Amino acid sequence: MHALQFVAKRLLLMIPILIGISILTFAISNTIPGDPARLILGPKATPEGLEALREDMGLNDPLYVQYGRYMGGIAQGDLGQSTYSQRPVLNDLLRYSPATFELTMFAMVVTLVVGIPFGIISASRKDKLADQFTRIFALLGVAMPAFWLGLLLLLFFYLKLGVLPGSGRLDGGMAPPDYITGMYTVDALLTGNWPVLYAAIMHLILPGLTLAAVTIGMITRMTRSSMLSVLKSDYIRTAYAKGAPENRVLYGHALRNGVMPVITLLGMAFGHALGGSVLVEAVFSWPGLGQYAVNAINYLDFPAVMGVTLLIAVIFILVNLIVDTLYFFIDPRLKHN
Amino acid sequence: MALLEVTNLKQHFIIKKGFLGEKTTVKAVDGVSLFIEEGQTLGIVGESGCGKSSLGRSILRLAEPTEGSIKFKGEEVTDMNAKQMKELRKEMQIVFQDPYASLNPRNTVRQILEAPLAIHNIGSRKERREKVELLVEKIGLRKDQLNNYPHEFSGGQRQRIGIARALMLEPRLIIADEPVSALDVSVQSQVLNLMLELQQEMNLSYMFISHDLSVVQHISDKVAVMYLGKVVEISDVEKVYSDPKHPYTRALLSALPVPDPTQKKERIILQGDLPSPSNPPSGCPFHTRCPMATKECAEIVPPLEEKTPGHFAACIHT
Amino acid sequence: MVRRITSSPLTVLGLVIVLIILITAAFAPVIATHSPTEVDLVSKLEAPSAEHYFGTDEVGRDIFSRIVYGTRISLRIGLLVVAISFPIGTILGAIAGYIGGRVDQVIMRITDIFLSFPGIILAMSIAAALGPSIENVMLALAATWWPWYTRIVRSSVLSIKHSEYIEANRALGANPFRILFKEIVPNAMAPATIQASLDLGFVILAAAGLSFIGLGAQPPSPEWGAMLSNSREILREAWWAATFPGLAILLTVLGFNLLGDGLNDLLDPKQR
Ligand SMILES: Nc1ncnc2c1ncn2[C@@H]1O[C@H](COP(=O)(O)OP(=O)(O)OP(=O)(O)O)[C@@H](O)[C@H]1O
Ligand SMILES: [Mg+2]
Repeated sequence: MHALQFVAKRLLLMIPILIGISILTFAISNTIPGDPARLILGPKATPEGLEALREDMGLNDPLYVQYGRYMGGIAQGDLGQSTYSQRPVLNDLLRYSPATFELTMFAMVVTLVVGIPFGIISASRKDKLADQFTRIFALLGVAMPAFWLGLLLLLFFYLKLGVLPGSGRLDGGMAPPDYITGMYTVDALLTGNWPVLYAAIMHLILPGLTLAAVTIGMITRMTRSSMLSVLKSDYIRTAYAKGAPENRVLYGHALRNGVMPVITLLGMAFGHALGGSVLVEAVFSWPGLGQYAVNAINYLDFPAVMGVTLLIAVIFILVNLIVDTLYFFIDPRLKHN
Repeated sequence: MALLEVTNLKQHFIIKKGFLGEKTTVKAVDGVSLFIEEGQTLGIVGESGCGKSSLGRSILRLAEPTEGSIKFKGEEVTDMNAKQMKELRKEMQIVFQDPYASLNPRNTVRQILEAPLAIHNIGSRKERREKVELLVEKIGLRKDQLNNYPHEFSGGQRQRIGIARALMLEPRLIIADEPVSALDVSVQSQVLNLMLELQQEMNLSYMFISHDLSVVQHISDKVAVMYLGKVVEISDVEKVYSDPKHPYTRALLSALPVPDPTQKKERIILQGDLPSPSNPPSGCPFHTRCPMATKECAEIVPPLEEKTPGHFAACIHT
Repeated sequence: MVRRITSSPLTVLGLVIVLIILITAAFAPVIATHSPTEVDLVSKLEAPSAEHYFGTDEVGRDIFSRIVYGTRISLRIGLLVVAISFPIGTILGAIAGYIGGRVDQVIMRITDIFLSFPGIILAMSIAAALGPSIENVMLALAATWWPWYTRIVRSSVLSIKHSEYIEANRALGANPFRILFKEIVPNAMAPATIQASLDLGFVILAAAGLSFIGLGAQPPSPEWGAMLSNSREILREAWWAATFPGLAILLTVLGFNLLGDGLNDLLDPKQR
């Protein structure tokens, strides 16, 4: 199959999923207990006033008409008005998402740089001390409540040692770099704003590592088991039997075949990181989507919560699409079926 | 009257292919006619993918036949309702190729062997136990092994269990789908001999599917050679093996080791791959690989003709 | 059987942890040294001591006792969420895998939609819509969890459905009911059951996360996530308030994880 064909097919398959997601979020929005009209007008509203507002808000229309309106709105980028910030939700999302994106990307990079080598070491030293340690750490990572780890890191590195900043994206009073991508590290790098770059990286370390802890566990375990199954395969055994030196076998054949399947799981890991960012941002007052969502929850700002949900789902799907496409290019076997 | 008589049986599978789900038809069995006499064994041979298993499953209606007639003891099987089918299943059983996949890994041998009786509500608890114990000794296992799980047995032992399960209902006909292909050669003959003994003792008929011509020769009375869903040659074993009438049969036989090394035989090597059953060649299905093929072969579909008395083959050149 | 469990030290560890959790939940009033909710401003923010094993919080509540009582809350959440989502998920998965065709497609598209949200995000928005309470968090988690079981059961049913031993049973004349419930379901349930035991831990983790951001358990409930959320205010003064509830969550998730892995080996008939 042609690569273009593959991407086209995946894009087509996304359409029903996106429709499904919109139906699901619409359904969730409609389960809000209570009457939105009463919520707005307050306890002293007259029945006539309530009825008029309901009619006005379209709450009396059949559900499918309401859904049509909701979809029409989304198609035009109208996600409703945040009742807390009093701004269109879309504006808020655009404002807060670079911070979340920066954080999750940082965590993903750390995950890959740490998780894959750990997995490889663990597999190649199976049942030895290094393997045992890696496995225990990976298991702890998977079972770790990220928000708790965040609190502990905060306690130690910020409150106790004072070596790392514990909240926000930049030092107090520091002006953000000129806006290009909204990700401070990238923008500071592009504009050559070194003090800001330094501060931005320092601020990323604690929340980034916290977020990465969980996904490192995941990726390490997966790399390990994938490597082990490759190392056990006849193919590798033959290579050994033919007298190929151990290192060459490990890094030549096994690495390529063992690490490749892990790529397919990157999408899932990214999803975990996105979900986890909500909690981690809350710990480190990281002004991203998660923090925005948590504030919205506390102020019962429902359009904002739904906006974040929808956006994260869409990002998640797109990331999976990218990962699958990447895998398609890397793995020649897929092209044939 | 033959025990089983199959006429013009077809088993077509419609499969969806590609992104848009274009439908193609796989003609796994395409107009097969044959019969099996009481107490006899019909061997079915052919390359992988020629439709042997599909034929067997179709006769048992494990997959609904697309077309054709199946008569068991003179009664039309394809017309039977669910209740009649259940009765029929007591008389017609199947043994599978893979002794690892054909036994439920979570059931003990006793559970596996009692299941047929339970399904058909035969006998009391005690009677079932006794029946299982009787049969288990017949197939050469010990009573105390009944509480073991399939994975605790060797491939040959598992296959015996599979045979015992098929025999629990005392059937007349057993369709054995490559029952020994998955076994070591030394174990193969043990299982084959067991099957022959049981045949004698219980007056069984077999439809014995295999791609191993020497095994088929050993066990069969008659043999049918299949190619791309069709029977291309069918007759008594001796006739087919000593005087094959179809070039495909000749090619298959030429690959067999010769018992007498002084007798020189030329090995016929088939050209090309087996064509896809979803896109079979025109005319004679074998013409694309046939050493004798002429222009007509691509046009005429050769009928299964009686070449010498009782010896049928589908080739216009012999 | 017993020997097989005890032959793996990690499984034993998991079993021990889970047993401790169960005992703690069952005998919380006996084990706790103080009331979990009683305010005692005189002894507020006390460090761990013989009197208060895990210290006290900003209103003098005994953290050890709160954690002990919190075990009940967490265990109840884990059990109820799995008890709701497991049957729904496995039945739908069995139907999808066994019937196939249109039914399968519809069910699987629905699970695809649910799984295209990162789990905690979907649970968060459902819980937010329903309003913050522990019951709503359970509902929300159940609503996001079932598709996993559907997927697992469906794929095992599919692989079993086409296996020769099912074919053999059809040839014997077994009716579809017998085949589904005697042959397919017992084999297909094993992977889902293992997942469920892992999930007991993960559900507790997710619920704690939701309570941490203000959904779920509300103060003064001694729910672990809510306690952690509360501890942020006093992080500088009372490290113990943040440390111990998290440790409880970690151990619980770890315990169910180890047990699940052990179960994995145990339910494999090839090792019986
Ligand atoms: N359920 C099915 N759906 C679609 N195609 C099928 C199905 N069963 C069999 N086929 C196709 O029908 C053809 C014949 O298959 P069959 O299994 O009957 O061959 P066989 O002679 O038994 O081969 P083997 O020696 O490998 O067992 C093959 O091309 C196969 O792919
Ligand atoms: Mg076959």
